[in-house]
Amino acid sequence: MSVEIKTANLDPVRNTFGNVARRIGGDKTASRYQEGSFDLQPVTNFHYRPLWDPERELYDKRRTAITMADWDALRDPRQFYYGSYVMHRSRLQDASEKNYELVEKHGLLKRLPKGLTRRLKAALLPLRHVEWAANNNNCYMTAYGYGSAITQGTMYNTMDRLAIAQYLSRIGLLLDDNTGESLEAAKEAWMSDPAWQPLRRLVENSMVTKDWFELFVTQNLVLDSLLHPLVYRRFADELSDEGAAVMAMLTEFMDAWFNDSSRWVDATIKVAAAESDQNKHLINAWARTAVANVLDALLPVARLMYFEDGKKALDEVYAAFQARAAKLGLTV
Amino acid sequence: MSNVQSTVFVALQTNDETRPIVEAIERDNPRATVTRMPAMVKIDAPNRLVVRRETVEDITGMEWDLQAFQINLISLSGNVEENDEELVLHWNR
Amino acid sequence: MEKTTATPPKKLGLKEKYALMTRGLGWEPTYRGADELYDQIKFEGIKIHDWSKWEDPFRLTMESYWKYQAEKERKLYAIIDAFEQNNGHLNVSDGRYVNTLKLFLTGITPAEYGAHRLFAMLGRQFPGVGAAIACQMQAIDELRHVQTQVHTISQYNKFFSGMSEWRHMTDRVWYMSVPKSFFEDAMTAGPFEQMIAISFSLEYLLTNLVFMPFMSAAAYNGDMATVTFGFSSQSDEARHMTLGLECIKFVLEQDPANVPIVQRYLDKWFWRGYRLLSLVSMMLDYMLPKKVMSWKEAWEIYFVQNGGSLFNDLSRYGIRMPKYWEQTVASADRLSHETWNTFYNFAGAAAFHSWAPSDEDMAWLSEKYPDTFDQHYRPRFEWYREQEAQGKRFYNNSLPMLCQTCQIPLNASEPDDPTKTAYREVEHEGNKYHFCSDGCRDIFCHEPEKYVQAWLPANQVLQGNCFEPGVDPEAPGFDAAAELFKYYRLTPGQDNGDYRGSKDEANWLKWKGLAPADAAEAA
Repeated sequence: MSVEIKTANLDPVRNTFGNVARRIGGDKTASRYQEGSFDLQPVTNFHYRPLWDPERELYDKRRTAITMADWDALRDPRQFYYGSYVMHRSRLQDASEKNYELVEKHGLLKRLPKGLTRRLKAALLPLRHVEWAANNNNCYMTAYGYGSAITQGTMYNTMDRLAIAQYLSRIGLLLDDNTGESLEAAKEAWMSDPAWQPLRRLVENSMVTKDWFELFVTQNLVLDSLLHPLVYRRFADELSDEGAAVMAMLTEFMDAWFNDSSRWVDATIKVAAAESDQNKHLINAWARTAVANVLDALLPVARLMYFEDGKKALDEVYAAFQARAAKLGLTV
Repeated sequence: MSNVQSTVFVALQTNDETRPIVEAIERDNPRATVTRMPAMVKIDAPNRLVVRRETVEDITGMEWDLQAFQINLISLSGNVEENDEELVLHWNR
Repeated sequence: MEKTTATPPKKLGLKEKYALMTRGLGWEPTYRGADELYDQIKFEGIKIHDWSKWEDPFRLTMESYWKYQAEKERKLYAIIDAFEQNNGHLNVSDGRYVNTLKLFLTGITPAEYGAHRLFAMLGRQFPGVGAAIACQMQAIDELRHVQTQVHTISQYNKFFSGMSEWRHMTDRVWYMSVPKSFFEDAMTAGPFEQMIAISFSLEYLLTNLVFMPFMSAAAYNGDMATVTFGFSSQSDEARHMTLGLECIKFVLEQDPANVPIVQRYLDKWFWRGYRLLSLVSMMLDYMLPKKVMSWKEAWEIYFVQNGGSLFNDLSRYGIRMPKYWEQTVASADRLSHETWNTFYNFAGAAAFHSWAPSDEDMAWLSEKYPDTFDQHYRPRFEWYREQEAQGKRFYNNSLPMLCQTCQIPLNASEPDDPTKTAYREVEHEGNKYHFCSDGCRDIFCHEPEKYVQAWLPANQVLQGNCFEPGVDPEAPGFDAAAELFKYYRLTPGQDNGDYRGSKDEANWLKWKGLAPADAAEAA
């Protein structure tokens, strides 16, 4: 039997899923981000109350004080779905990998002056624990947040932070010839060096925050926006004066990540704050409290990195953050 | 406890990348049984099965990272032990 | 910079490198209590003394993770693109085949989303870094599965019914409460039960039954897009299954007092999983136009043999085969027939099509089920076909009685008597609860306060909870079925009913250039 297919007969019956059509203004071809991001989370007819939170439903809007008419309005400007996310990160990672290989092959880090090496170990390596906490915090938002659009973004951020922690670990291994001694020393500093204690206290406090959106503000908006610009690009710039351009190569990933992630964080805060005065007020209050705590906690770390210029460096970072926050309608 | 003979297995997608892997597994595991199904090849072995990096490299003449095994892996069964040289599936009894 | 030949650093093996890069990341909190940071891990009574004993079976750093996953995704999306560009949906063996995808999208894809969120919970709740990272990787993998499934099935949705409102239906349509309640049961439990339920019982013991025979069958039925996402997902599952096994061994080795708790979780989740898979049994035996393997064969290979090997291995910890496993073997001859019969009956309220098996289908079923099919099921299906030939396709328009635990209509026969419907009953605080099996009854009896909360679709319909807001059941001319379909967003005459005479069938014939008569011949 011969089958002839007339293309005119092959028009689709519909162009996308009903929920996506309602969101994009009609039945038209949707992007993979749109089809893969919205309405994935169950919203009704839950069967059992969680043993770990019997007062609430499994997915419950009341796990934050923020309210949204539509939680899936918190979209990602990068339009990351899993495939585009891993492909993007894999390209970024390829470039970093080449840098790390080059540094390792030529022993570039070990040719730095001893004083500088010590400074790197003391000031940079303990941050791997901060990244681990950031990983845990974003994982918390993914687990207990509301809506598939925002929790998708926090999931990617979870993995990004693990990656940064692992990059920092690799810097340590480059410095200590793969013995791991520098990482142990960094952990000891993290646990007991007075310079790191205020930050560790802040981080542990963040890890018991119950309101997941408050945690988003504390971690992703405030802590990251003050810590990352204080450390990565700036520290590399400082060191390059002393002949350590190599640091810029090793922290290229962190810089790229921060620019990328900030776009998503800003878009999220902007939409949530624009939803209602109540949201805006809450976000602003959380951000102010976090800023005060983070500035206090970062000052000793800034001094560890920039000595007498530590305060100045932190002030500059803070000023830049204030300007960024103002664009989101916040006064911090 | 069940009285079945304990078998481990690995299933791979059928394609050109897995062809040398399957060949290597057959070479290194004389007691393995290879079953070809649509789009999939399943290899069963009593108690233990090993995938060796070196054998795959011998067949292809190319360097091969054992972790790349995962790209075409469909499923497996057994305790997994992996190092840079080999991946072993086994039952302890 | 001048070139140097620095002393080569110590070469790190995979194991060491992973340990150094990952393990020391966590710390014992001192400003807040460990019980505050990890506040869920004690209430189940599982005792963990040393999280550092956790062995990572696949030591994937994020660098390798991105590298390999990106490679998988590039391959997969290249195939999906080609599939769409070439109208690959027309290459499937028959239009009926697409109904397996409808069931997949509304039953399995939402479960993948549940797994995504469940593993995010575990990724935050486990204090051990190795265990947490493994769970986080699984959390993001599961999101991958949701999205690759949606992206693949997207093309089918453009041409076939029953998929457009999948997300809405999943929270509402009666039979979809089977997978929904299964996952919510797991997610609302404590972290160790969550892990054993999904990572071990479902992933290790049972998902091979979904992905291996079904995906191989997708290839056999010409659906290259589905086989590609299926096998690509499954390559992550191999990692997940290993995590499940590693986790259970870790828990069992930590303290002998954990053994009875783990055994109870295994008993429960084996049975929950088995009941859930009855949907898969009918996919294999009835819904695939070209069949690869019967449910009974699949159960024999993937449960009796592989599961048996696994439990042999675990017996050194004092773990035995899950309770009532013998019943699943005794019923393997019957499960798919009883389940498909239920969906044939209730096709009027389902979002996929069912149909009576053809002569060819029945010949295959007789061959695969020589002890049961001709004796117990063939006469029923032949009667359905006679009715259909007379223009009286049989629909059961009543509301079925559902099992309080698994929420499947009471359709299974007694393990020792294929002619008798199994029925169990328990009275709890003055109310009667109904069950399909001893396994489901036992699960209820252990945690009645949990299962009395179940949102049972049939009961909810009767209570008037399945209508859109503002609908008045007292109003004159009230049409309960029509209102229920509105609540479901199920388009009657399009999404439901028999495949024969459906829009899907008409379109399929049109696209393939087949006249209805040719189609009958081709089928």
